[in-house]
Amino acid sequence: MHYGGKIIIGIVIFVGLLLSPFVFNVGKAYKQPELKLPANEKKCVESLEFMRTKHMQLLNEWRDWALRDGKRVYVNHEGKEFEISLQNTCMKCHKSKADFCDKCHNDAGVSPYCWDCHIQPEGLK
Amino acid sequence: MKNNRRSFIKLAGLAAAGLCVAPKATLASGGGHSPVKAGPKAEHAKRWAMVIDTRKVHTEEDIKVLQHACHSVHNVPDIPTKQNIKWLWSAPYEECFPEQQNPHLDDDVKGRSYMLLCNHCENPPCVRVCPTKATFKRPDGIVVMDYHRCIGCRYCMAACPYGSRSFNFGEPRDYLDLTKLNTDFPTRMRGVVEKCNFCVERLAKGLQPACVEASDGAIVFGDLADKDSEVRKVLRENFTIRRKPTAGTEPSVYYII
Amino acid sequence: MLERALKGSPRYWAWIGFLLVIICAGALVWINQLTVGLKITGMSRDVSWGFYIAQFTYLVGLAASGVMIVLPYYFHHYKPNKHMVIFGEFMAIAACIMCMLFIVVDLGQPQRMLNVMFHPTPNSILFWDMTVLIGYLSLNLLCGWVCLEHDRIRLPHPKWIKPFIIISIVWAFSIHTVTAFLYQGLPGRHYWLTAILAARFLASAFCSGPAILLLVLKVTEKVTTFRMPKRAVATLTKIIAYAMAVNMFFFLLEVFTSFYSNLPGHMHPLVYLFSGVHGHHELVAWMWTFIAFAVISLAMLIPPKLRDNQKLLPWALVILVIATWIDKGLGLLIGGFNPTPFDTITPYWPSGKELMVSAMVYAIGALIVTVLFKIATDVKQELGNSQALPCGCSSEDDDCDCGTAEEAEAEEAPAADAAEATA
Repeated sequence: MHYGGKIIIGIVIFVGLLLSPFVFNVGKAYKQPELKLPANEKKCVESLEFMRTKHMQLLNEWRDWALRDGKRVYVNHEGKEFEISLQNTCMKCHKSKADFCDKCHNDAGVSPYCWDCHIQPEGLK
Repeated sequence: MKNNRRSFIKLAGLAAAGLCVAPKATLASGGGHSPVKAGPKAEHAKRWAMVIDTRKVHTEEDIKVLQHACHSVHNVPDIPTKQNIKWLWSAPYEECFPEQQNPHLDDDVKGRSYMLLCNHCENPPCVRVCPTKATFKRPDGIVVMDYHRCIGCRYCMAACPYGSRSFNFGEPRDYLDLTKLNTDFPTRMRGVVEKCNFCVERLAKGLQPACVEASDGAIVFGDLADKDSEVRKVLRENFTIRRKPTAGTEPSVYYII
Repeated sequence: MLERALKGSPRYWAWIGFLLVIICAGALVWINQLTVGLKITGMSRDVSWGFYIAQFTYLVGLAASGVMIVLPYYFHHYKPNKHMVIFGEFMAIAACIMCMLFIVVDLGQPQRMLNVMFHPTPNSILFWDMTVLIGYLSLNLLCGWVCLEHDRIRLPHPKWIKPFIIISIVWAFSIHTVTAFLYQGLPGRHYWLTAILAARFLASAFCSGPAILLLVLKVTEKVTTFRMPKRAVATLTKIIAYAMAVNMFFFLLEVFTSFYSNLPGHMHPLVYLFSGVHGHHELVAWMWTFIAFAVISLAMLIPPKLRDNQKLLPWALVILVIATWIDKGLGLLIGGFNPTPFDTITPYWPSGKELMVSAMVYAIGALIVTVLFKIATDVKQELGNSQALPCGCSSEDDDCDCGTAEEAEAEEAPAADAAEATA
């Protein structure tokens, strides 16, 4: 085989890189992030399941409705109305970005750019 | 098992097709009604317009007050370089009306400072050129920006004949007093263009624009399409001019001279 | 065919290495720009586009210019251009990529650039500019690669490629027209607000682009066995001379319209650029250099004696490139933004970092040109097409005084081809 040695070394390096994350985390048990939920509000704008899986879509829609369509009141499935605002509605209950948003986002390794502009409730430093 | 998978794929395909066809709004509502509406106190108009009485606001100090009202409510930084951000600022006559010069203008008019801001044009060139619809005109005539969508190409700045737009060359928060932010309103991020938004967020709550509120009656704001409105009354009774009429943009900001 | 780029002389690899060093150095500065923003540039609230967009504009001209070789060959069956076509196409590929990179480095939020496709906005000329640039890049990749590949395996070019070539020729005009539309439809920018801006862009493209191409090919001749046919060079030089004359004519039309009409908006940018206003004279020396160089280049290109002097030609071309670059790559942008909408002057000069990032883009372009030209010249050498003869002529030259039949024997009757063309 032409270049046999080089090819095999290449394959070994490739497989090694491919498996490195598994090797790195072997033996560590996964721990669910623990969120701090609002103390005096039990219900979010929509159901828990919906918010858990679809909050990003909802926020996307909220953004377009409020900013682009100028409709700033959201009526949920139960007919309850909310002002469409990340800073003034969501974060009035979820009083800490660090204890709520960041917990899952860090865990999932995502970094949405919301807070590049929006001001988190704990303030800026 | 095989059947299951096949039906799953079919369903998934149908769902995907449905998602493409169905309007976005059905995501959260599902009840057939629109899940959103304007707020109960929201101000409505066919075409918002502003009339600035330059007989009443005409010094740099007057305009500083208005600028402070605007910039503090919108978290606009003050950057001490030529890369500054301005939503509302002041300029002498010849900078405000370079096409309406007159070498023998009366001292009063010539000596005044004029308040500048986005003109919220009827035919906004910035909207025409924006490649992502990040800048768009609302049905009520206000030209607004979607900072989430702006790619920072600055074509709108080249297109605006009034120099009303600013670009965040650097991180705007570096130049803001973070302890004095208006926490009801966001800041902007690096790399996007920004400008006056005629206080859409305040109009949505039934409030007048911040500069109008701070002007003590020297700025009138209202619906140009309503002939009984305060702006129309003021326009009827006073001589007004607009900036660069030859640009064909039809500004919504009028100046009483 | 790409593997041909992997075998080269030490000199070839030294050049590639040099380009890579510049690319890496520029990339470091670009990363700095990505992390802190465009504040590292000399741009400002008033001059919101600068060196990057100016280079983009200039290079669109280079991309469009290949057509001055392709068009005579395909539309007029001008045979001497036969072995030059590929270089025009490959230069266009590099130029298109540089254009796109200059747009990307100019964006405030480059990670969002696909928004232009996610939210297509046909009323924005920038949307069309993206479309025509991507289209032109694809067309040239397709035509260039397919034709060269068929040359290499000694097959005639396939019939299906012809329509694409014809589209690409027309498309070349569109890319620069659309780029001019980017500027000429803006109501407050008088220096750009002129109906002949697209025509000016094309004229300057068709002189500066072929000039750059010719210079690059002269270097290619030095480092490879490739030799341009004399008649192709002479024709291209003629095209350059005409285009430059038209370019300057158009410029004078602007001057006439501005000053005879006496319209302040039209006069002010020219006055600022050529004599300075409000105590600002930043560009005066540059703009007069442009005029002087334009005149010198024309003086060297119009008289046939001087034009056909191959010793003088590179100098004339370099002078022409500098003149057009000052006009289009510097004056156009700064004159468009000054006087500002407030009738004031905000000087602009690119910062060192801005120039470093630009050097990165140019080095990437040079790398692409090097690799593509290497492949093309390798193939030509293998086939014995357009090769240097010991006497200095090209194997395609039929009227070379040193050329005898046996030296051109590798050719499938080029003399017959040429005779046909002259007849």
